[in-house]
Amino acid sequence: MTNSQVWPSPSRRRVLIGAAGLGVTMELLGATAWAAAETSSARKRLVVIICRGGLDGLSLSPPVGDKDYAALRGPIAIGSFSQGGGALKLDDTFGLHPSLAAVHTLAMKGEARIAPAVATPDRERSHFEAQDVLESGGTVVYGTSSGWLNRALEAMGPAGSVKAISIGPTAPLILRGRIEAASWSPGGGAERDSRLPGILQDLYAGDPLLGPALASGLATQAMAKVATVDAAGLQSPAMGDGMAAGQANAGGSELRPLLNRGLPQARKMGATLAGFMTQPDGERVAAVSIDNFDTHANQGAGQGQLATRLAYVDALIDGLARGLGPAWDDTLVVMATEFGRTARINGTGGTDHGTASTALVLGGALKTGGIIGDWPTLAQTRLFEDRDTAPTLDMRALFKGVLRDHLGIDRGALDTKVFPDSAAVPPAAGIVA
Amino acid sequence: MAIDKDLKASIAVTRFGLGASAGEISHARAWPEDFLLAQIRAQGADPTSADAAGSIARVRELLDYQQERKTALQAGDPKADPVQVAAKMIRADAGADFLARVRLAAVTNTAFRERWALFWANHFTVSANKLATATLVGPFEAEAIRPHVFGRFENLLVASSSHPAMLIYLDQAQSIGPDSAAAAVQSRAGKHVGLNENLAREIMELHTVGVDAAYSQADVTEFARAMTGWSIAGEREPEPLRGRFIFRERAHEPGARTIMGRNYAEEGQGQALAVMRDLARSPHTAHHIAYKLGRHFVADDPPAALTARLEHAYLSTDGDLGKLARQLIASPEAWDPEPRKFKTPYEFMVSSWRAAGVVPDKLEVVAPVMTAMGQKPFSAPSPKGWSETAQDWCAPDAIVKRMAWSEALAEESSADRDPGQLAAAALGARLTPAVAKAVARAETRAEGLSILLMSPEFQRR
Repeated sequence: MTNSQVWPSPSRRRVLIGAAGLGVTMELLGATAWAAAETSSARKRLVVIICRGGLDGLSLSPPVGDKDYAALRGPIAIGSFSQGGGALKLDDTFGLHPSLAAVHTLAMKGEARIAPAVATPDRERSHFEAQDVLESGGTVVYGTSSGWLNRALEAMGPAGSVKAISIGPTAPLILRGRIEAASWSPGGGAERDSRLPGILQDLYAGDPLLGPALASGLATQAMAKVATVDAAGLQSPAMGDGMAAGQANAGGSELRPLLNRGLPQARKMGATLAGFMTQPDGERVAAVSIDNFDTHANQGAGQGQLATRLAYVDALIDGLARGLGPAWDDTLVVMATEFGRTARINGTGGTDHGTASTALVLGGALKTGGIIGDWPTLAQTRLFEDRDTAPTLDMRALFKGVLRDHLGIDRGALDTKVFPDSAAVPPAAGIVA
Repeated sequence: MAIDKDLKASIAVTRFGLGASAGEISHARAWPEDFLLAQIRAQGADPTSADAAGSIARVRELLDYQQERKTALQAGDPKADPVQVAAKMIRADAGADFLARVRLAAVTNTAFRERWALFWANHFTVSANKLATATLVGPFEAEAIRPHVFGRFENLLVASSSHPAMLIYLDQAQSIGPDSAAAAVQSRAGKHVGLNENLAREIMELHTVGVDAAYSQADVTEFARAMTGWSIAGEREPEPLRGRFIFRERAHEPGARTIMGRNYAEEGQGQALAVMRDLARSPHTAHHIAYKLGRHFVADDPPAALTARLEHAYLSTDGDLGKLARQLIASPEAWDPEPRKFKTPYEFMVSSWRAAGVVPDKLEVVAPVMTAMGQKPFSAPSPKGWSETAQDWCAPDAIVKRMAWSEALAEESSADRDPGQLAAAALGARLTPAVAKAVARAETRAEGLSILLMSPEFQRR
């Protein structure tokens, strides 16, 4: 019903062409757009979510309308739109996993889209190599030791002009580099008045590792108190907690319900990140890292192991979107993984390391539209190495499209510095409103 | 370059060992190398105090629990709360195992031997982040790792790859040859079963030849076929076998295999053993392990000369890990005065306990702190194990948490202690004048001890 009206809807470009036909000159439209972009550029926010372990794109955004999907997937296929607990419809081919209720609500408003066959240049199917390539922005493992998001910050201006933060106890490669980034994870820290921080800052003065880390950690700790207070009241769940409980026990996961206690924390984490990002002079760029998507066995379908992880993702995004409030309109969120998984179910109710997967792009700054990139289909002749979803879109093209059109980074910097030697990979167009 | 004995003793104890306990540096001073060499022994690493319940008992508990749960569900018994029971079981078993390990680390006077065992436990990671493996990490280390760490690498590899914990963690226990007798029976019953290549891939990529060796997807799949049948005896097997490693002939993929250009005849369980023997002897494996040892003991980016020495020692002794440890001690690069390794949270907490003379006794205190610093007990984020890179551990937030914990530890352990003496005992010749001065100027004993623990030289080894 509402699906067909909102997804897909006429592209912004078509509307503009229509307007031009009504006598509005393209020149005027261009000038207006430019002025708007200039004044709003300082408000733009970007969040990159890395899902580690190889997130199964065919479960995240199941192509239930693809004629080969159900047979390849067998018992782990997500049910079709009409089935109870089946996929949440996006278009005639694609749905979203039933755990992604909040993401689906955003999609219905034109604020979430999928890129269903995206891959990095890496084809080795090794987690560690592929994550390195995904985060460094190189074409080969150890190609560079800093992350592309950090180099994007460099391209945006002198150090400190745009602040960034990573969420989680360890610093992810994507945000490592010359620009110092903050980090924060839930849990306590130094709360009492103590001389120790001052003494240590003196002792760390010549220490390239500990000096900047402590200074940044102390600053963020102070900011977290403010942000956490602001985020209070945003923690009520948007959906019934039973929805992703995974009680069905898709084999060997007796303890799965324990993990669902993580949903309120995920929502709170999203809301707290939003709190950071809406402070005056707060971080405008953030990286979030989520583990445990390596579903070799018993991955489950509408319920089960993967469903639980996706519910966590959904809660995090929900907390973030609601927490950002009006700032959501200036925000893009990109969620990606190092590789997808085999198109066929394996012998143990799971899937092995594959190639292309789905990336999610969300946010109020998103341009309305259908899928990003082409769908290669799951026909046997189209599978990569007769095994995986074939990539049709280079991950770097997706990131470059977002960095150029949302954060205004010029093509030259993107081609040479942010993603070295990538001039042959043009930024994906039509993602940003 | 020649370095004096005082500096050498402090390096032996803080870099090769787990950080100095009271008097340890003076004890090592006369003959620092011999102090380390004496810790190498054929029977392997020390057992922890929690080894009573082995993996067989733990796997049986798991099987029984699954059975009970089924029965309770069928009977609709409202009081049975299997989730609560299991959570308790996991907390109690895995928690006790972990606490026993950190207690051993806090008190042992053969800390090089313990660090060497921890290196191999991390090389062959089994993580508790899969719920079914949580109670098995402790028994895995006790049974598959500790006894073999100074023996031949091949034996360690086979012990790890055939242990129920690894077979569950990397999904090998359920892998079935698509053309096996077992698959045919399942297929007639309408069930789809088949290969799982997870363990085969990680043995090649992480445990032996490494990701840079020239192997293909086809080699991984062939090795996975060779490994079919390596499993764990369950409900249907005779009672004495339950919970143990078993080779299921009927699940084994029949036929000869070709892996990395070598042919392997069909010989049942022996087929995968033959592959492992060749993987263990591969020059790629020698290089991979030599590099990882240098990266663990010396620098995130280890000196090439050290890697070459260790590689040569590995190849010329057919992977004798005791001899490899001797070569490490004999390598001048390993004694570089510059401490280039940033401690992981585990190393930082263990060395702090040793410096303060504290033996941790409350898991509910230890576990959340280590988790907050980024190293959740027994829960490495992936089969690759914990990171060896400083940048992964010095996130701003993690440093603030180290500082908070140092203050708490110092508050409870510094009464009647002289922070200056503690600093000298903990770092020996590695203590810098700036830190010695800051410790001496501290307002309280607790402040002095926390300055020591957070000092740049104590954070490194």
